[in-house]
Amino acid sequence: MRTLPRQTMVKRLLTLVFSLALVAPAFGFQPPAGLSGFEPVTGVPPSEQLPAAPLLIAAYAFVWVAVLFYVWTIWRRLNKVEKEMQALERRSRAR
Amino acid sequence: MRKLFVPLVIVTALMFAYAPVMIANALFESTMGLVQKIFYFHVPAWFAMFTSVFVCGAASAIYLFKGRREADRIAVSAAEIAVLFGAIGLVTGPLWGRKAWGVWWEWDPRLTMAFLLELIFLAYLLVRTYGGPGSDKLAAAMGIFGMANVPFVYVSVNIWRTLHPKTTVVPTLGPGMRGAFWFCVLAFMLLFGLLLTLRVRLQERRATLDELYLAEEDGAV
Repeated sequence: MRTLPRQTMVKRLLTLVFSLALVAPAFGFQPPAGLSGFEPVTGVPPSEQLPAAPLLIAAYAFVWVAVLFYVWTIWRRLNKVEKEMQALERRSRAR
Repeated sequence: MRKLFVPLVIVTALMFAYAPVMIANALFESTMGLVQKIFYFHVPAWFAMFTSVFVCGAASAIYLFKGRREADRIAVSAAEIAVLFGAIGLVTGPLWGRKAWGVWWEWDPRLTMAFLLELIFLAYLLVRTYGGPGSDKLAAAMGIFGMANVPFVYVSVNIWRTLHPKTTVVPTLGPGMRGAFWFCVLAFMLLFGLLLTLRVRLQERRATLDELYLAEEDGAV
C-alpha cells in the first residue's frame, strides 16, 4: 500500500473539514422531523391552562346581577300597581 | 310573615355577603381546582329551582282541582322564580363546564332535560302573559307536568351516561366542603322564600286592582 506524503494528507484533511463546515448550515437549518409518536404527560403545563378565576367571578357576578335585577323588576311592578290604585282612588273620590 | 320579612331580608343579605368567605375557605377539589367552587352557587340554585317548581306544581294542582285563586297567585309567582333560578343554573353550569370539561355545553341527558325544564316554565309564563282568558287553567296543567319532570332531571345522571357529576356528590361531601355548601343552600332557600313572598304580594295587589277596575266599571265605586 502506497503511503501518501504527510503534506498531502494534511491538505486533504483540511479540505474535508472545510467542505463539512460549508455544508453544515444546510443540515442545521432543516425543519425538525415530524412527530413519530405522542408522549403522554400527567398534567397540562400551567401556561396552557384556561384560567379558572374569570369563570368563577363571572358565575358569582351573574347570580348577583340576576337576583338584583329580578328584585328591581318586582319593585317596579309593585310601584306601578300602587300608582294605578292611587289614581283610581282619586278618581272615585272626585266623583 | 310581614313582621319576619325585614329581619329575614337582613339575615339573607348577611348570609350572601358571608358566603364568598365560606366558599374561599372551603377545600379545593383535587381534579377541578378553583373552578369547582362554582358548585356552591350552582347546585343551591338548582335546589331553589326544584323547590319553586314543586311549589308551582302543587299550587297549580290546588287551583285546577279546587279553584282557589290564592293558589293560582302562588303558582304564577313560583313559576317566575323557577325561571330565575333555572337561568342561574344554566349560566353558571356552562362556566364551570368550560374549564372542567373543555366545552361550554354538551347535549347530554342532564343538561338537555334541565334546559327543557327551564323552557317549560318559560312557556308557562308566556301562556300566562299572552294566552288570554282561560290561560290560567292551561298554565296550571303545564305547572303540574313541569313538576313531574323534576324527578327525571334529578335521576338522569344516575340512569344515563353523562359528563355531569352524579347525585352521590352531595351526600358524600367531605367536612371541608359540607359546611360551605349547606350554608349556601340555606341562603338560597331563604332567598327563594323572600322572593316568593314579594312576588305573591305583587300578584295580590294586582288582583285587588282588577277588582277595583271591575267595581268602577259596574259603577259601584
